[in-house]
Amino acid sequence: MDLILDTLGLAKSAELLSLSPPGWGGNLLRGLANSLQIAFGAFGFGLLIGLFGASGKLYGGVVIRDLLAIYTTVIRAVPELVLILILYYVGTDLINQASSALGYGRVEISGVVAGIWVLGIVQGAYATEVLRGAIQAIPHGQIEAARAFGMPSFMLMRRVTIPAMMSYATPGLANLWLIATKDTALLAIVGFSELTLETRQAASSTRAYFTFFLAAGALYMIVTLFSGAVFARIEKWARRGQPSLRGAGK
Amino acid sequence: MKLKTFLAAGLASSLLAAGAAAAQEVKIGIAAEPYPPFASLDASGTWVGWEIEVIDAVCAAAELDCVITPVAWDGIIPSLTGQQIDAIMASMSITEERMKTIDFSDPYYNTPAVIVADKSMEIEATPASLAGKIVGIQASTIHQTYANAYFGDAAEIRVYQTQDEANQDLVAGRIDAIQADSIAMADFIGSDAGACCEIKGAVANDEAILGKGVGAGVRKGDDALRESLNAGIAAILADGTHAEITSRYFTTSIYSE
Amino acid sequence: MGAPGSAVFAGGGQMMGWRSLLQPHRIVLMALFAGLVVWCAISLRWDWIPEYAPLAIEGAWRTIWILVVTTVVGFLLAIPLGLAQAIGPWYLSMPAKTFCTIIRGTPLLLQIWLLYYGLGSLFPQIPWIRGSELWPYLRQAWPYAVLALTLSYAGYEGEVMRGAFAGVNKGQLEAANAFGMPRFTMFRRIWLPQAIRNVLPTLGGETILQLKATPLVATITVVEIYAVSSRVRSDLFIVYEPLLLLALFYMIIAGIIALLFRRFELKTGSRL
Repeated sequence: MDLILDTLGLAKSAELLSLSPPGWGGNLLRGLANSLQIAFGAFGFGLLIGLFGASGKLYGGVVIRDLLAIYTTVIRAVPELVLILILYYVGTDLINQASSALGYGRVEISGVVAGIWVLGIVQGAYATEVLRGAIQAIPHGQIEAARAFGMPSFMLMRRVTIPAMMSYATPGLANLWLIATKDTALLAIVGFSELTLETRQAASSTRAYFTFFLAAGALYMIVTLFSGAVFARIEKWARRGQPSLRGAGK
Repeated sequence: MKLKTFLAAGLASSLLAAGAAAAQEVKIGIAAEPYPPFASLDASGTWVGWEIEVIDAVCAAAELDCVITPVAWDGIIPSLTGQQIDAIMASMSITEERMKTIDFSDPYYNTPAVIVADKSMEIEATPASLAGKIVGIQASTIHQTYANAYFGDAAEIRVYQTQDEANQDLVAGRIDAIQADSIAMADFIGSDAGACCEIKGAVANDEAILGKGVGAGVRKGDDALRESLNAGIAAILADGTHAEITSRYFTTSIYSE
Repeated sequence: MGAPGSAVFAGGGQMMGWRSLLQPHRIVLMALFAGLVVWCAISLRWDWIPEYAPLAIEGAWRTIWILVVTTVVGFLLAIPLGLAQAIGPWYLSMPAKTFCTIIRGTPLLLQIWLLYYGLGSLFPQIPWIRGSELWPYLRQAWPYAVLALTLSYAGYEGEVMRGAFAGVNKGQLEAANAFGMPRFTMFRRIWLPQAIRNVLPTLGGETILQLKATPLVATITVVEIYAVSSRVRSDLFIVYEPLLLLALFYMIIAGIIALLFRRFELKTGSRL
């Protein structure tokens, strides 16, 4: 193994990337874990916002609909980088002011929580649109049938709307998840030690820029390909019992 | 099901975060980007360097329970005013412009600003000599203000997020010169990567811009913390700890009254 | 990226008449918004605007310039990339697919840094580059920014175009074939126009996404509008004011892009 690496001139890279110090591989993996944690949280938080946002846009009153329209339009027109800076500073500022006004001292906001909150709000805007489209794609008769049997609205959502829209929503949500994993890289700008910042620190400490940027790229690729496989399975599962779309023609 | 778990996780983490506020610890903000030899990250993920040791010594002397918190240099003052950190100890010079927004402790080191360029280049640290050249500086530093004020008309100023990226572009030949702190530069030209270059001289002093040395930044009105940091700095200067740490990193003193 | 991209556009497409703005709750909302604007104007600090205006205009111009160049060149690259994946032999479709997967699978910020700092770390080792005629350009940051953004747009749009080429009605191609139309003419006259018409709504959204990617090049010293706002932030230690103006700028440009694509679509009739 060492011989192969030596002949390829990669011995130095392998040493730099080894998992225990003096290698920086451990740092990269720790960064990846942070990235994934934030991506998971933001995706989940975004999904929650999206679910409420989509129901609000479809069934809410005029005021709620207008407010949601403003939310989704603004979030989707302003660069994530700018939103992250605004939400990061405004968010922590507001929470601290509110808590000191209520007489509780300072609230400690960990980097992970701040990252989840910031990216979650961004994700929520996209999730609202994805879920709205998916709910609209459900044949209306199914929802009417449930209503006709007197199903309460929460049960209707849990038993009919969500399962029925899953197959329509999965491709869009898969896309959103990939955006979430890649957007965590932007948190490097506000100083979170996620994968991209760890990479930058490792690269500048060792001056092996190519090695580390390529290694980080490979890690992101693995996440992307793995998630692609997982979402393909979810989509297959969500589509169970439905006629194949492939043969249906354009 | 999935949704419930997410919701529960979100709630739990925010509650945990709120609970952590009880302990009275002082969060010392440092720049998340490596700034050797003052602060840099080693391969095991711990911060090391002259300034990190000084922070530990000052906190020990002042009996503060300090936690080192890396934040982006670019946003370090907003992080302080936004209460994400309690003090900045990140080689930040005490300048009048910054004093409008935050307070500073007494200085704990001071060094002149210098111009560094390739050995083969005939450059002096004067506006005339830098005319038509590309000068790299780190964003949000005294060097940015100084270079814009003195060299901005004649030279192209290129702004980097980290000192290290400016150094790298100097080595790559993308910029002709760097203006930066003399100690960080001495460390850089002493390394393998910086062998190409040398210090061409110190820039003319302008205390209004370059400030009165490096101090710890605290929120305006946070006098209790400022006083105890001052006491800590005075203590390590008096008992020789400061000199001892310095001697392990540098050959000359980096503090003068 | 495709799905939310097209959703951006669908949202922008719902134009409302002036009359619908006069509903009572909308008047209240607008009054609240106006109040917010007035509050911002009074209680925040704006005295720096005249001093930084020339810099900001230059930065805004550079943002738009980068956006236009990278989308146009990126789209021109996306056509062969999509075609190779849709009908190309394996030795063309494989590399095209790999390229698109890699571009779409890694963060753009990482790609930009790899191109700029990664290549930058190679230059000292290759002395002849510094002597070559290209060196004055390689010293600048914008060629790397333009290259990275172009490749990114090409990667995303290559995927979109693959679907578009595959989605063109086969019967029309067969008809053209039956009339003995040469292959290239067929591509130019029938296949490409239809594919582009089909993807116009998606492209509008993707172009807005590209606009939102431009501030990333500020991290490699390109002075566009985001970098100007950072400069204000670091010079004056004010946080919200430059960021709010910046958000407004991007919203206006995004609106203009949405309107432009809507006009294109109406012209080509792609919303039939």
